[in-house]
Amino acid sequence: MPARDKILGRIRHNLKRGPLGEEAANALKARLEGHSRGIVPNRTELPHKAQVDLFVAKASALAATVARIATLDEVPEALRDYLTAHNLSTKIKMAPDKRLDALPFDKTPMLEITRGSAEPSDEVSLTPAFAGIAETGTLCMASGPETPSTLNFLPENHVAVIKASQITGTLEDSWDRLRAEYGVGNLPRTINFISGPSRTADIEQTLIMGAHGPRRLHILIVDDEKKS
Amino acid sequence: MQVTSRHFKEGAHAALHDKDIQKAFSKVKGGFPVARAKAASELPEFEDLRDAGRDLKNHILENLDYYLEYFEDQVLLQGGRVHWCSNYAEARDVILQICRDADARTVTKGKSMITEEMALNDFLEKNGIEPIETDLGEYIIQLAHEYPSHIIAPALHKTKDQVTELFHEKHGKYGFTERLTDPQALVNEARSILRDKYVAADVGITGANFLIAETGSTVIVTNEGNGDLTQSLPKTHIAVSSIEKVVPTLEDASLFLRLLARSATGQEMSVYTTFSTGPKRREDIDGPASFHVVIVDGGRSDLVGSDKQDLLRCLKCGACMNHCPVYQAVGGHTYGWVYPGPIGAALNPQMVGLEETRHLPNASTFCGRCEEVCPVRIPLPKIMRLWREQAFETEVTPKPERWGIGLWAYFARRPALYRIVTRIGARTLKTIAGKKGRIVKLPLMGGWSSVRDFPAPQGATFMDQWKKQNRGRK
Amino acid sequence: MSATAKPKNVALFVTCLVDLNRPSVGFAAVKLLEAAGCTIVVPKAQTCCGQPAYNSGDKKSAKAIATQVIRAFRGFDYVVAPSGSCAGMIRHHYPELFKDDATMMVEVGELASRTYELVSFLHDICGYRPENVRLETTLTYHDSCSSLREMKVKDQPRALLGSVDGLEIREAEDREACCGFGGTFCLKYSEISESMVDTKITNLLASGAETLAAGDLGCLMNIAGRLKRRGEKMKVLHVAEVLAGMGDTAGLGEGEN
Repeated sequence: MPARDKILGRIRHNLKRGPLGEEAANALKARLEGHSRGIVPNRTELPHKAQVDLFVAKASALAATVARIATLDEVPEALRDYLTAHNLSTKIKMAPDKRLDALPFDKTPMLEITRGSAEPSDEVSLTPAFAGIAETGTLCMASGPETPSTLNFLPENHVAVIKASQITGTLEDSWDRLRAEYGVGNLPRTINFISGPSRTADIEQTLIMGAHGPRRLHILIVDDEKKS
Repeated sequence: MQVTSRHFKEGAHAALHDKDIQKAFSKVKGGFPVARAKAASELPEFEDLRDAGRDLKNHILENLDYYLEYFEDQVLLQGGRVHWCSNYAEARDVILQICRDADARTVTKGKSMITEEMALNDFLEKNGIEPIETDLGEYIIQLAHEYPSHIIAPALHKTKDQVTELFHEKHGKYGFTERLTDPQALVNEARSILRDKYVAADVGITGANFLIAETGSTVIVTNEGNGDLTQSLPKTHIAVSSIEKVVPTLEDASLFLRLLARSATGQEMSVYTTFSTGPKRREDIDGPASFHVVIVDGGRSDLVGSDKQDLLRCLKCGACMNHCPVYQAVGGHTYGWVYPGPIGAALNPQMVGLEETRHLPNASTFCGRCEEVCPVRIPLPKIMRLWREQAFETEVTPKPERWGIGLWAYFARRPALYRIVTRIGARTLKTIAGKKGRIVKLPLMGGWSSVRDFPAPQGATFMDQWKKQNRGRK
Repeated sequence: MSATAKPKNVALFVTCLVDLNRPSVGFAAVKLLEAAGCTIVVPKAQTCCGQPAYNSGDKKSAKAIATQVIRAFRGFDYVVAPSGSCAGMIRHHYPELFKDDATMMVEVGELASRTYELVSFLHDICGYRPENVRLETTLTYHDSCSSLREMKVKDQPRALLGSVDGLEIREAEDREACCGFGGTFCLKYSEISESMVDTKITNLLASGAETLAAGDLGCLMNIAGRLKRRGEKMKVLHVAEVLAGMGDTAGLGEGEN
């Protein structure tokens, strides 16, 4: 008997039943399609502005750094300021994303921009985030042709750009946004939830930053909602 | 994996006399539990989430067949492949075949307990494929040819000095010859070596914290980012999972994520939580070209519907061992198989046999701290007790123990006779103790006297004194 | 309030360890319960709650002993034990033992619901506070695992001890950690038990208290026995003895003065 039948048969035998009847199966299918939320922390039940502040506070507590800028056009200068302040390489591997392509890098000639997925020699990556989660200060990154996920992990320094309007309250809010964007039941190949830079405590329970992923995570928040 | 649980007592003795082990494991209680308590106190909904987590897992287990099939359908729809394996041997063979199909010479691995269970690394090595563990702790113990002493901190038993020597010995071939003592420098060296391994690997193998039925996704949770490099750089990604990891929806996974990191390390979220769905899409410029999910039973379906089904709720957070005074005293390896601490004491007898592991469920004071912190409220002491009952009934419990309890129960069931025996016993012990009020060497009770004096009885038993005061009614 | 209310009809579950080893705890319990307005009966047919058999996997013996307890303690308003462990056995584990026996379960559930650990009974049910009790000492209280986790006894003993004149409570570090007794565990795994009780003792001594009290005699015998073996001076008493004004009783493992 194939292992699949053996395993499923054994489960059913031990549950003292056969395959679920139509009614029971429909109830489970409805549950799967209902996407109903369980208990969600009420800490994010805040006006959106306060949610953004919570995101900043939470991300900072996770050892990410955050800078808030007024418009997307300020990204190149903010990036330059961050890299020079930390004495980091100005060679940047940028996600081949249309919004980033439109940035005025002519203002920052010292930044050397290449586009594509990550290679081991890349030291700094610049990527757009899909969403931010105020609850825990977490970034939600969705992979795609314009957003290769290796950029989130291979370079030592990861700079992520997110608009304030992309910051939501909870994990569940990001699921709703993903379903709206990619269709129900579909996810991009990789969804990365990122909460601060890489770390390990595997040597004598001592916390060390930069285990395999980025040592530094810098988040540029574009305050796109200020004008309204 | 080789089972050495039979030698629990000898292992405990050795561990209790090993300064390094004592230092490492006594340090646990000031770390993880403190962080967990803080994280729990900062989330008012935490206790309700634990109830909901327990109930949701129970719902899943009652419909496990349905959700597994649904998950399979979604993986296939997304262009991935699903391999069902009843046992470890089948799983090893399937994984080897996938590796061969990919012409693999080296394989990077993210942390996975199920592949520890099936001793996958040894098997791949024997078949000419080099497996490289990438979680720093797993990497350290792989270099040392050891196995995890903690399910989320596998090299917990290693001191920094031991890591220094290990890296010095093993990293020379990569051109690293300096003897490093700073933990940051040690991490950096491993990081730099593993970078090349990630890029060179033909296949990346990860475990799975969850399987999402709704979307056919596999989920891994790490702090280092090793799992992500493992699964995004090689051309083939294999996610190996046991059957009970499936959850219905993304919302359901969110609930468990809120419990998992808080219970494990006291973080609100681990640094990296990654949902992988199918192979890379046509336009994608990175990601694996093929995606396999290996679903392993390995004895778990026998737990479904049994009096120990609650074990299948386990999220593998490690909270039970972090809070266990026995684990803190004897360390992880003493338990003698993959899972140490209370979850091991309750689960290992199922997985590798009660006769081999009979000490594990017995070596507990039933202090209840494990159940108190389990994110999905697994009644661990109760399950250990069920094993004790099974051991007693099937005569796995040694005869002297059985006779001892039998003899005591004989008297305890006969109050009048019991009165006489306790009367004599109390007076005798008091006489032996004399004026000191304690007995240094208690007859027939070496287990007590090897450690403690015995506080002597005060004299006449309570029941005798009470009767004398003529106040007894019944 | 206890003076005006109808007296509570309480059956004392003495516990096997108190009966054999330290009757003064039983008398302290009687004294306290009477002061709290209860009438006391000590059913003769009691020996032990059956926990040693239950925890050793000998379910048959455990059931037989439990049945004996259930019969002996019929008809009282309350059953009170100077031990969280024995009270926890009756309240939480008897229902587990008889869960497949519908006829027994009615009575088991009823017994479980009126079974209490002494100190929490005094505090929560009787609203009792010690009056004119004095003990000049610094005292640290050890939370026994069953009292703490099964019977939810934590604040009650501290509240009652707080009413004892001259007594100062000094909390120890990691006070919710197990002492390593665990019934037959301390005999079968004596080396692990030793390590656990030593950790416990290190914390107890660091509190600077002269006296240790707890609500379970098993833990106290374990800790006292180890303290004596190590030559430590800390005096060990059951919390009932302290609350009943019997704090001058020789501590566990001490000779008569």
